Amino acid sequence: MPAVSKGDGMRGLAVFISDIRNCKSKEAEIKRINKELANIRSKFKGDKALDGYSKKKYVCKLLFIFLLGHDIDFGHMEAVNLLSSNKYTEKQIGYLFISVLVNSNSELIRLINNAIKNDLSSRNPTFMCLALHCIANVGSREMAEAFAGEIPRILVAGDTMDSVKQSAALCLLRLYKTSPDLVLMGEWTSRVVHLLNDQHMGVVTAAISLITCLSQKNPDEFKTCVSLAVSRLSRIVSSASTDLQDYTYYFVPAPWLSCKLLRLLQCYPPPEDGAVKGRLVECLETILNKAQEPPKSKKVQHSNAKNAILFEAISLIIHYDSEPNLLVRACNQLGQFLQHRETNLRYLALESMCTLASSEFSHEAVKTHIETVINALKTERDVSVRQRAADLLYAMCDRSNAKQIVAEMLSYLETADYSIREEMVLKVAILAEKYAVDYSWYVDTILNLIRIAGDYVSEEVWYRVIQIVINRDDVQGYAAKTVFEALQAPACHENMVKVGGYILGEFGNLIAGDPRSSPLVQFNLLHSKFHLCSVPTRALLLSAYIKFINLFPETKSTIQEVLRSDSQIRNSDVELQQRAVEYLKLSSIASTDVLATVLEEMPPFPERESSILAKLKKKKGPGAVSVNELEEGKREGGELNGGGERGGDSSAIAASNASTPSPSADLLGLRAGPPVTAAAPSAGSLLVDVFSEAGINDDGFLRDLEPTTESSDSLLAEGPGDSDSAPPSVVSEDPTPLPESDELLNKFVCKNNGVLFENQLLQIGIKSEYRQNLGRIYLFYGNKTSVQFVTFTTTVTCPGELQSQLNVQSKPVEPLIEGGAQVQQVINIECLTDFSDAPLLNIKFRYGGALQNLTLKLPVTINKFFQPTEMASHDFFQRWKQLSQPQQEAQKIFKASHAMDTEVLKAKLLGLGMALLENVDPNPENFVCAGVIQSKAQQVGSLLRLEPNAQAQSGEQMYRLTVRSSKDTVSKRLCELLAEQF
Amino acid sequence: MQFMLLFSRQGKLRLQKWYVPLSDKEKKKITRELVQTVLARKPKMCSFLEWRDLKIVYKRYASLYFCCAIEDQDNELITLEIIHRYVELLDKYFGSVCELDIIFNFEKAYFILDEFLLGGEAQETSKKNVLKAIEQADLLQEVSPALAKQNVPLFVTV
Repeated sequence: MPAVSKGDGMRGLAVFISDIRNCKSKEAEIKRINKELANIRSKFKGDKALDGYSKKKYVCKLLFIFLLGHDIDFGHMEAVNLLSSNKYTEKQIGYLFISVLVNSNSELIRLINNAIKNDLSSRNPTFMCLALHCIANVGSREMAEAFAGEIPRILVAGDTMDSVKQSAALCLLRLYKTSPDLVLMGEWTSRVVHLLNDQHMGVVTAAISLITCLSQKNPDEFKTCVSLAVSRLSRIVSSASTDLQDYTYYFVPAPWLSCKLLRLLQCYPPPEDGAVKGRLVECLETILNKAQEPPKSKKVQHSNAKNAILFEAISLIIHYDSEPNLLVRACNQLGQFLQHRETNLRYLALESMCTLASSEFSHEAVKTHIETVINALKTERDVSVRQRAADLLYAMCDRSNAKQIVAEMLSYLETADYSIREEMVLKVAILAEKYAVDYSWYVDTILNLIRIAGDYVSEEVWYRVIQIVINRDDVQGYAAKTVFEALQAPACHENMVKVGGYILGEFGNLIAGDPRSSPLVQFNLLHSKFHLCSVPTRALLLSAYIKFINLFPETKSTIQEVLRSDSQIRNSDVELQQRAVEYLKLSSIASTDVLATVLEEMPPFPERESSILAKLKKKKGPGAVSVNELEEGKREGGELNGGGERGGDSSAIAASNASTPSPSADLLGLRAGPPVTAAAPSAGSLLVDVFSEAGINDDGFLRDLEPTTESSDSLLAEGPGDSDSAPPSVVSEDPTPLPESDELLNKFVCKNNGVLFENQLLQIGIKSEYRQNLGRIYLFYGNKTSVQFVTFTTTVTCPGELQSQLNVQSKPVEPLIEGGAQVQQVINIECLTDFSDAPLLNIKFRYGGALQNLTLKLPVTINKFFQPTEMASHDFFQRWKQLSQPQQEAQKIFKASHAMDTEVLKAKLLGLGMALLENVDPNPENFVCAGVIQSKAQQVGSLLRLEPNAQAQSGEQMYRLTVRSSKDTVSKRLCELLAEQF
Repeated sequence: MQFMLLFSRQGKLRLQKWYVPLSDKEKKKITRELVQTVLARKPKMCSFLEWRDLKIVYKRYASLYFCCAIEDQDNELITLEIIHRYVELLDKYFGSVCELDIIFNFEKAYFILDEFLLGGEAQETSKKNVLKAIEQADLLQEVSPALAKQNVPLFVTV
C-alpha cells in the first residue's frame, strides 16, 4: 500500500489520545479529561485570539471527549467559527463537530445556516458536499426550513457535479424524513425520476433511495419510475460482470443498486404494460437462474452480494403474489437454502419462507419442507435461527398438519430459551384453537401448555380456554375430568389452579357421579392448593366454592366452615375478606331458588375472535406496535382481560351489560366481583336486595354497580339546530358538546370503564386501555328502545390545536342498530404531545324518522398516558426541588365534594395512573404521587401532592393540591382535572 | 439504516453514526444494550438478530465489531456487504487498517463514512470514487508523517 497522508497531524490531539489510552483506571481518565477541559476552556476564554489550527485542535479534542461518552457543554461557538475558515481542514472539523453535537441554541443555528448557505453557493464541489453532508447528518427542522427549497434545485441543475448530486439526493431524503411538509417536489418530480437514467451509477444509487421514499408517500406522482427501474434493472442483470467496472462487487454487477431497484418496484403493483412486465419477469427469472450457476468466486462477499439480490427478487415475487411459477421456484430455492452450511442463509430462508407460506400459490410448496423446519427447531445452535424456525412452523400450519406442528412446538417448549417462551406459548395457544377439530384435543393442548410452561401462560390464554369450554357443552365434561386429573399432581402451576377452580366451579357436577371425584373430593383437592396461591387466585377459588354450594348442597356446611374461619373472614386482604363475608351471608340467607339464580352457570360468551392474537402482536416489543398495527389487530370484542389495565372497574361494564341484551364486554369479573355479577340480567338488583335486607353495608363490588342504577336520566339529546332541518354536514362542522359533557369527562379521569352517557334512547358504555403513548377505546352503543336506529354514524374530531397533539383514528361503526342491540366501535389514540382539550365524539342517527344528533367529549385526558414511577422519599424531594420554577407548579385549594375516605382517595389517585408513594410525605395524612406522561414528542415527569385538611377554619373540609411537572401546560391541566375529583 | 456502531471486543465504542434523531441518553442506552447483546453471541452464530423492532446486522473484523441497525424492509445481506465495503475503504485508505488507526484518526473514519453512506443510505458504492473524494480533500490539507502502527491488521486480504 502506498503511504497515504493521514491528514494534518494534530500532534496535541494524538498525545491527548495516547494519554487517555494510558490511563489505568476510569478515575484517572476522568481526571485527565477534566484537566484537558479546563485547559481548553481557559484557551477559549483567554485574551489571546487563537489561530485556526489551535481552534481546530481543541474542537477536535472536545469531540473526542464527547465521543468517549462525556458531556460537552461548550465549544460550539468555536466550531461555528471554523465553518467560515478558508482552510478546508478547519472547515471540515467544524462541520464534523456541528454534526455530532447538534445544538438547539437559535443564535448558533442562524450562524451555522449562514455558513452552510455560503458553502452551498461557493460552486466549489468539495465545499458544497461538506455542507450537504452536514445538513444530512443534522437533519433538523430548522435546516429543512432553511434549505428544503434550495436543494432540489442543486439536485436537478444541469451543471451540478455528480458527487454533489449524490449528496443532494440523500440530503433531501433525510430532510423529507424529518419534515415531509417542507420538502415540496412538485415541479422537480419528473426530473428527479429521470435520475434513474443517469449515466453515472453513483448518482442513480443515491437518487433511487430518495425516489423510493417519495414513491411510498406519493405513488401516483412517481409511477413513471416503474418502467425506468425495470429497464435499468434489466441492463444490470444482463450485463457481464466486468461491464460495470468499479460498480461490480466481487463479480456481481451493481448489487446495491440492484437491491434498491427491486425494493423500489415493491412500492407498486405489477406493471400493467405487458412489455414492461415481460421484461421484469425475465429479469426475475435470470436472477433465479443465476442462483443455480456455479459461483464465480469462493469469497463469501460474492455469494452474499448475489444472494442479497436473490432475496430482494423473492421479496418482489412475494409482493406481486401473482406469478405461481415464480413463487414455486422461489420456494424451491429457499428450500435449498434451508440446508445450506451458512447460518446466515438458513436464517434468511426461514424468514423469507414465512411470507411465502401466506400465499395461496406457494403455501403447499412451503409445507413440503416441514421436516427440515422441525429439524431446524430441534438442532440449530443459534436461538435467533430457532426463533425463525418456530415462526415458519406457525406460518405453515393448517388443518392438515396442526397436530404435528403443535406437538413439536410443545415438545420444543420444554427446552426452549426463556427469551422466546412466551411467544411460543401464545403461538401454540392460537394454533390449538384455530385448528381444533375436536375440542378435547384443544383442552389437552392448553393444559399441557400450562403444565410445561405455566409461568409463560398469560391471562389471555387461560381466559380463552375457559371461554371456549363454557361455550361448548360437548367438551365440558371432558374438561372437568382433565383438570381434575391435572390437579392431582403434587406441584401444579397456579394457572392450572385457576383453570381448575373455574371449570370445577361451573362443571364439577359433570364428574361428581364418580366416587373418585365426588363433590367433597373435588373441594378438598381445590382447597389443598388454596394456601399456596396468590390473592387473585384465592379470590377465584372462593367464587368456585360458593358455586359448589349451589351445585352440591352437601358441601355447604364444609364450605361455610372454611368461609367462616378467621383466615378468610378476617383476612387482611379486603377483597378476600369481602368475598368470604358476602358468600357466607349469601349461602346462609338466600333460598335455594335465589341461590340457583344468582349462581347459575355462566351464559355462553358471545363468539369473538381470540384476544391472544392481539397479545402476540403486542409481544413484538414495547412501542413497536404503531397505531396502525393496533388498528389492524384483531378486534377483541371486550377483551377477556379483567377490565382495563388500571382501574379495574370491570363490574361497571358488566353491570351496564346487564341492562343491554348483548353483553359484549362482559368479563370473567375476577377483579371486581365474583362471576355472579354477570350471571343473569337481574343479578345486580337481586343482590342489592338480598344485602340490604341483611343490613350489610353495600360497600365494595356492589358500589361499583351504581353507575347504571344512578344513570343520569338526562335530556333527550337533540342537535343544536334540532332534527331534520339541520343538514348533517353543517352540524358536524361545528359540533357543540352537550352541556354536561365536561361533567361526564370528569367522571372518567380516574377510571377507564363505565357508562359514558345515557338517555332514554341510547346508552354508551366505554372501556379503554392505555399503554405508553397509545390508547384504545371501545365504545358500546346500546339501543335502549325496541325500534331500529338507522344511518347511525359517529365522528371523532380533534378541535383546534388538539389536532396536532393527538392522533385519533376510529373505525366506522355499523350504520344500523336493531332495537335492544348493541354495536361496538374501536378508537385508537396516539398522544403526540401534551394536550388540554378532549376529542369530540359526534353521534347522529335516525330514530323513528327523527334525526338525533349529540356531541360528547371523549374522556381522553392527559393523565391516561401516565406511566407510574416508584421512588424513594429522598428522590421524590430532590425532584420536587428540581421542578421549582414558578410556572412548573400549579396549585389549587378547593372544598371537598365527597367524604374524605382515605381508601377512596387512594383508589382515585391510583386510577389517575401515577404511582402512589407510601412513606414519602412526613405527614401521613398527605398523598404524594409520581409518574411520567408518555407522548411521542417527549416525556413529562410529574409529581403530585394532595393535602387534605379535615378541619379547615371554615368548618369545611378542604384540600390543597400541588402539581409540579417539567411542562407548565401539563401541571396546569392536571391540576384542573384533579380539582374536580375529590 | 438507523445507525452504525463500531466497538471493540472489550466493549469500547470506537465510532457511532446515528441516522435518526435520538437523545444522547437514548443513544447511550441503545449502545450499552447492543454491545452487550452482540458480545454475548458466539462466533459461529448468524450475523442477524431481531432487536426491538429493528434488525441488527453485525460482523467482527479482528478486534472490532461493526454493527448496523436496519429496518424491517431492509436487506440483511446487502447490509453485511456495506460493512465489508466500509472496512475495505478504511483498509485502502490507512493501508491495512487496525483499531489504532480508527482511534487516532477517528475524524477520518467519519469523513470516509460520510462519503460512502449519507443519511443511512449508500451514496457511492464505487471504492475508487470514494477514495478519490477523500484524497482530493486530503490534497487540500498539509501533509504530515503517518502515525506509526504496531497493531494487528484489521483486514487481511487473502
